[in-house]
Amino acid sequence: MSALLEVKDLVVTVGPRKILNGLSLSIDAGSVHAIMGPNGSGKSTLGYALAGRPGYEITGGSVLYRGEDLLALPAEERARAGLFLGFQYPVEIPGVNNVYLLKAAINAARKAKGLPEVDAFEFLQLVRAKMKLMQMDEAFLSRGVNEGFSGGEKKRNEILQMLVLEPTLAVLDETDSGLDIDALKVVARGVNTLRSEHRAVLLITHYQRLLDHIVPDHVHVLARGRIVKSGDRSLALELERRGYDWVLEAA
Amino acid sequence: MTTETQNYDALVGRQYRHGFVTDIESDTLPPGLDEDVVRFISRKKKEPEFLTEWRLRALRHWLTMREPSWAHVRIKPIDYQAISYYSAPKSKADAPKSLAEVDPKLLATYDKLGVPLHERARLAGVAVDAVFDSVSVATTFKQRLADAGVIFGSFSEAVQNHPELIEQYLGTVVPHTDNFFAALNSAVFTDGSFVYVPQGVRCPMELSTYFRINAANTGQFERTLIIAEAGSHVSYLEGCTAPMRDENQLHAAVVELVALDDAQIKYSTVQNWYPGDENGVGGIYNFVTKRGECRGRNSKISWTQVETGSAITWKYPSCVLRGDNSVGEFYSVATATNYQQADTGTKMIHIGANTKSTIVSKGISAGHGQNAYRGLVKILPSAHGARNFTQCDSLLLGGDCGAHTFPYVEVKNPDATIEHEASTSKISDDQLFYCLQRGISQEDAVNMIVSGFCKTVFKELPMEFAVEAQALLAVTLEGAVG
Repeated sequence: MSALLEVKDLVVTVGPRKILNGLSLSIDAGSVHAIMGPNGSGKSTLGYALAGRPGYEITGGSVLYRGEDLLALPAEERARAGLFLGFQYPVEIPGVNNVYLLKAAINAARKAKGLPEVDAFEFLQLVRAKMKLMQMDEAFLSRGVNEGFSGGEKKRNEILQMLVLEPTLAVLDETDSGLDIDALKVVARGVNTLRSEHRAVLLITHYQRLLDHIVPDHVHVLARGRIVKSGDRSLALELERRGYDWVLEAA
Repeated sequence: MTTETQNYDALVGRQYRHGFVTDIESDTLPPGLDEDVVRFISRKKKEPEFLTEWRLRALRHWLTMREPSWAHVRIKPIDYQAISYYSAPKSKADAPKSLAEVDPKLLATYDKLGVPLHERARLAGVAVDAVFDSVSVATTFKQRLADAGVIFGSFSEAVQNHPELIEQYLGTVVPHTDNFFAALNSAVFTDGSFVYVPQGVRCPMELSTYFRINAANTGQFERTLIIAEAGSHVSYLEGCTAPMRDENQLHAAVVELVALDDAQIKYSTVQNWYPGDENGVGGIYNFVTKRGECRGRNSKISWTQVETGSAITWKYPSCVLRGDNSVGEFYSVATATNYQQADTGTKMIHIGANTKSTIVSKGISAGHGQNAYRGLVKILPSAHGARNFTQCDSLLLGGDCGAHTFPYVEVKNPDATIEHEASTSKISDDQLFYCLQRGISQEDAVNMIVSGFCKTVFKELPMEFAVEAQALLAVTLEGAVG
């Protein structure tokens, strides 16, 4: 069986700068991968490039998603095809209800599949159940998207959206940054409930501690725009002990 | 000054040179404006003497005035002598014979707005004689109002049936000398709406121009007067979200509201006149004077407007807060796309003690549109404990448009409280990408972000109107980004 996501020799340029330079990565359904690496190594760029953010120009390589050319699709179609990006800095959209955005998102995906719009009552039931899991207050539903949210609330909101949209591939960009330990556990529990043999998760993180709660199958080190080392869970522990320098020197 | 006087003399003298004689039997006047024209209109409408005289005083005053030039708009000079000030219902000869002859773009817009089929022909000005359902609806509607004692009808009807009310209230909020366009309107207005809500009556339904029979053809100089007696309550909806075809370029309406003790008037407008094409050709000039007076204690006047149409909008719905504890509100969404220009805002004049006003203005500019908020908050020495809160937000879509804010504050009482908040923002790439990444199309994302921006105003609109206004905004801003 072919991989869910197959990234080959990916080169990504932002403005005048080449950020990713021949990155290759293969992710099978059912697995959790973690990408670690020093600041400025291109971790967030990988997330944006996969999600199709304008301005992130693909100048080389290929990406197959479920066997098809992901790069040929515009951003919204990638999302509807089950690719979810949890943002490092979720943006505020004043005056737009969280529940409204969620509903628009779920219906956009359903429409693309030729399904009717979601039943309003069932939808609300579903959202409420997921909110309970994320320990979020009911009042949250009627607040503006990320409007006046604390850093932790914004991250929980990202995971809530992910749980409602049930993506096939979730790319989570530093979802753990800015979370205290209790919030980290809640977020990790959310991600873990999504794990299944049909889905995959790509965690982008600085810190090993997230991986105590979401145990990855594979760990990669991203440096200078490419994967320089891959291993299992123990690689993350070693990185925490020894830092990145030894990997960079070896690469 | 001398030149000016000469110019006016020339204007006044013009009719004689052209040898034009007013003919009471004729249905349409040739272009031009003088006392004979005003008398002709008044006679045509069988008006009482006081009204004819009032019109003439307005005309005489207008002749001494100049067009205002302070608005932030570019405008070609208007030749007021080139306009015909009276025409009977338009000849159907020139009108489209069926929807098949109507501009397909207009029809597409109706489609997007979900305008009922039987309404489309009327809006597009198709010459049909069919009687619509709305007529029978309107009849039932009138009966319910009559039972409640509410008078609601055309201004002309009111002049015939309730001349004493017209004489008592007309021009008491917007005097015939008020400004250039109000004076012009006072001289030549042809029709409009009249509402009278008796003491203690809560109007049993929203009053809408939609239900006023003969609402079409009120002409370019519309006059509206709403009187809410002590303890009464009325909500009035003006306009229509569907774009209307109109051949008159200049529109100068006057709206006067009077709220007595404990009375409340809520006035909602959706203005969607033809804005001109994408190159800025054509389009309506909309120069409106709207003012309400909270004459009684504890009275309240609330203006809500959604302005998406017209090539040029010049409009400041205002409140004179004369009664103690009276409240004035202004909620506005104004859009300017293509080459539209909007200069709009409000005036809140605090005279009574403990008077309160709230201003929320949301300006959206796209294309080459120019949007200006112009507002005055004036606290007179008598207005002890007066309070005002103003919030002015502008949203820019694209790089060629503009947003301008001109807030004026005059405070003559030291214990007044004034708050002003203002912001200008753009729809950010971050916001757009966030929505795209959730699978939402760019167009839906823009609509969603704009609706969010306008939310505090939309929630002031009556429910049905709010939904329509949202759809209208979506159609107006279609393709504005990207």
